[in-house]
Parts: sequence; C-alpha cells; structure tokens
Amino acid sequence: MELFGIWVAALLTLCIYSFLYQDNPFYRFAEHLYVGISVGYGIVLSIHQGLIPFAFKPFWAAVTGESLIGLVKLIPIGVGLLFFARLSPGHTWLIRYPIAILIGFGSGVAIPNVLRANIFEQTRGTIEPFAAMHAGTLSGWGVFEAVLMVVGVVCTLTYFFFSVEHRGPVKWLSKVGIAFLMIGFGSAFGNTVMGRVALLIQRADFLLGDWLNLIS
Amino acid sequence: MDRRFVYILVALAVIIPMLFRVNLPVSVSEPTQKLYDYIEALPSDSTIILAFDYGPSSLAELNPMAKSLLRQCFDNDVRVIALTLYPDGTTLASTLIQEIAEEKGAVDGEDYVFLGFRPGATQVILGMGSDISSVFETDYSGKATTEIPMMKDITNYAQISLLIDLASGSSTEVWITYANVQYNLQIAAGVTGVIISQMYPYLQTGQLVGLISGILGAAEYERLIDVPAKGMLWINIESFVHLLIVGLVVAGNIIFFNQRRREE
Repeated sequence: MELFGIWVAALLTLCIYSFLYQDNPFYRFAEHLYVGISVGYGIVLSIHQGLIPFAFKPFWAAVTGESLIGLVKLIPIGVGLLFFARLSPGHTWLIRYPIAILIGFGSGVAIPNVLRANIFEQTRGTIEPFAAMHAGTLSGWGVFEAVLMVVGVVCTLTYFFFSVEHRGPVKWLSKVGIAFLMIGFGSAFGNTVMGRVALLIQRADFLLGDWLNLIS
Repeated sequence: MDRRFVYILVALAVIIPMLFRVNLPVSVSEPTQKLYDYIEALPSDSTIILAFDYGPSSLAELNPMAKSLLRQCFDNDVRVIALTLYPDGTTLASTLIQEIAEEKGAVDGEDYVFLGFRPGATQVILGMGSDISSVFETDYSGKATTEIPMMKDITNYAQISLLIDLASGSSTEVWITYANVQYNLQIAAGVTGVIISQMYPYLQTGQLVGLISGILGAAEYERLIDVPAKGMLWINIESFVHLLIVGLVVAGNIIFFNQRRREE
C-alpha cells in the first residue's frame, strides 16, 4: 500500500511539473484533484472537529435529556442558520444579524489587541534602544542600528504621507523611504526564492530517493 | 533563450549535488540560537505547545524544523501539546509526531498529546486562554482531554512555558495578537521563507523569543541538536541553486546592457 502511495505521489508530481514545458491535460487533472481533495478534506474535518463536538453533540445531549445545558447551543445554532436566509429572496434581510454579531465580536476582540501588538509594541521597539543609548549600555553598532531604524521608519512613513505635496525636504525623505522599501522587498523576494527552491528540492529528494531509490 | 533552458539548469543544480552529496558548513544565526537556548533552559516536565499551522505545500521547510524541535523536547523531558489551526495540517502533524515519538520512545498522553484541529483560529486561541479542555474536549484519537495524564495539571496558558508556531501563513501574527498580548504567553516561530521578513519586527520587540527561518533555519537547528537530517542536506543543495540564480541574474543583466548598447 505504501508503494502504491509513492507511485501515485510521484506521478502526480510529474503531472504538476509537466506545466513547466507547457499547459496540458495531465497538469490540469493533478491541479483539480489537489484543489478538490483539499477542499473536501477541510470540509469533512470542520464538520467532525467543529460542528459535531460543538453543536450537534451538546444539542443531542439536551434532546435526550442527558444534559439540558446543550439547549443554550440553540442560540448560536439559530443565529448561524440565519446565514442561509440569503437563499430565500424574501428573507435576505435576516442575514444582517449574524453578520452584525460577527463584525461586532471580531472588531471588539481585534482592535485593542491588534493596536497593542502592531502599533504600541512596534513603537516601543523602535524608540526603546534610545533609552539604552542614554544609559550608555548600547554598543557602537547598536547605536548605528537604532538610528538607522528610526530613519527607516520616519522616511518610509513620510513616503506614505499624502497630505502634503512631496517637494523639497519631504521629497528627499520619501526618496530615502523608497530605498528602505526596496531593501525590504529585496529581502522578502530573496527569502521567497529560498522557500520556493526548498519545495523543489524536497520533491526532487522524494522522486530520486523514495520513488527511484537513487539516493539513500 | 527559451525559459525552459533555465528550468533544466535549475533541475541540474538540484539533482547533481543531491546524487553526489556535498557538505558545506552551516553557521547558526542569533534568532535560531535564541529559541534553542530557551528550550534548553526549560526545567524538565515543562510543557510547550507546538502548533502545526501549515499544510503539505509547506512541509519541505517546516517538517525538518518540527522534527528537530520534537527531538530536542523529548531529549530534555519537555512535554509537548501539539495542535493545528489548519485542517490540512492534521494528518501531517499526527504522522510526524508518531514518527519522532517512536524514535525517542516518547509515550502518548505522558510525554506528548496531539489535540488535532478546531476551526476558528481566534476563538480557539482565546478559548484556550481560559480552558484548553473547553476547546479541545478530546484529543485527536478521541480520548477525553481531562483524562489524559499529562493534561491533568494543565488548565490554560498559565501552565505553558512556550508556544512554537510552525507557520506558512499569518497564524504567528494571530498567536501574538491574542495569546501573547492578552495572556502574556511566550511565543516563538518557525516560518517558511516567504514570511520571514514579516517576523523580524516581532523578534526585535521581543514578542517572539526566537525564530527559525525557512530551510536555512531548519539546517541550523539540526546542527544545534547535532542530528544532521534533511535540513542540512537540502541547504547544501540550495546553495548551488542560489549560485546558479545569481549567475543567471548577472548574465541576464550583461546581455541586456550589451543589447541596449548595440541598439544605440
């Protein structure tokens, strides 16, 4: 059975890589198979690991009299079912209630946490090295890094500041900001290349090792 | 030149070093070292959470990291709670944990537990902050979480020393936003090459205690635990492909400028 699995995986890998020559039915077959299996697998798992333990089981326990607390689940189940109101043209307006609850919950939970994680903490991280610099505990290289970071943040933010015309000093600050952005994109692209090549190497390792037994 | 010649060159740059094994030195970066040191400093019987937030399309980079981390944890008697926020990661994580547990003689329910997948990442992370067993009433095999020996003294994040998120998407940011900010849970990450750059701001602020970066990070970790495996093998091959890519970029630019000069 394991050997069969290896052959299926190897042939599907070759089907996908055949796209490098040109688009063909083998590639499209493998692509559709992958998408279909991924979606199907995700749906089945979501039903078994989400819907059944969190909705069906407690509700069924309440119906059979085992645990009446499960009746409380009728509220979220009912609100969730309102999403299907969209299928009935006369009752489409009912979908506003689950959407309002989702947006309200999502925003309420996210806003304070996201602000702290991505704004306050990042601001602290940008200016904190200056406290160490003031205390005299930062090395020469550390001072350079701290200054470079503040220059990068200020210049990059200036590039995205559209309330004033980019002329004079603002123009030069935003040009420096573009340079920082380019370095960031270059770094991201380099790391992406590393990641994509790793995927190719893993597949080649599988084909040459597990399938063809050319490497141990 | 037909772009397919480039594909052939890349294929050769992968296959030749793979057939004739080449060993290049691997130096360890500071973010990887920090995570290794953090786990080494944990007292035995500490518990960490290992989140397998990736699918098969990212296993090339993240599986070698997961194996090294599990080996280090089992060697140091650090207990592991594994879970995933990605449905695709369920079978993948289960197979990988069983493989390393068998290798290290780790016992299911005592040294590790695999809780499986629950939909709704934010709700899962927030719910675990109150009570892990309220979100994962059973583990992946169906055993009641409260009856699993290693879970008896674990209620929520207060008993967890570290969470390591192996991520191919935005899950690390979600863990930081909710588990770190709201519950002060220490977080580290192992990520694919595509999202490394996004993680560095969190590393600089200390919101991440360590970071394993792509296949290079996996190779570094294998060197740290002294168990050379796929990560170290693949990063050597990767170096040859990178050399080829740099060569192609340089050659492409020379050809481009020569053509432009001739046209002028």
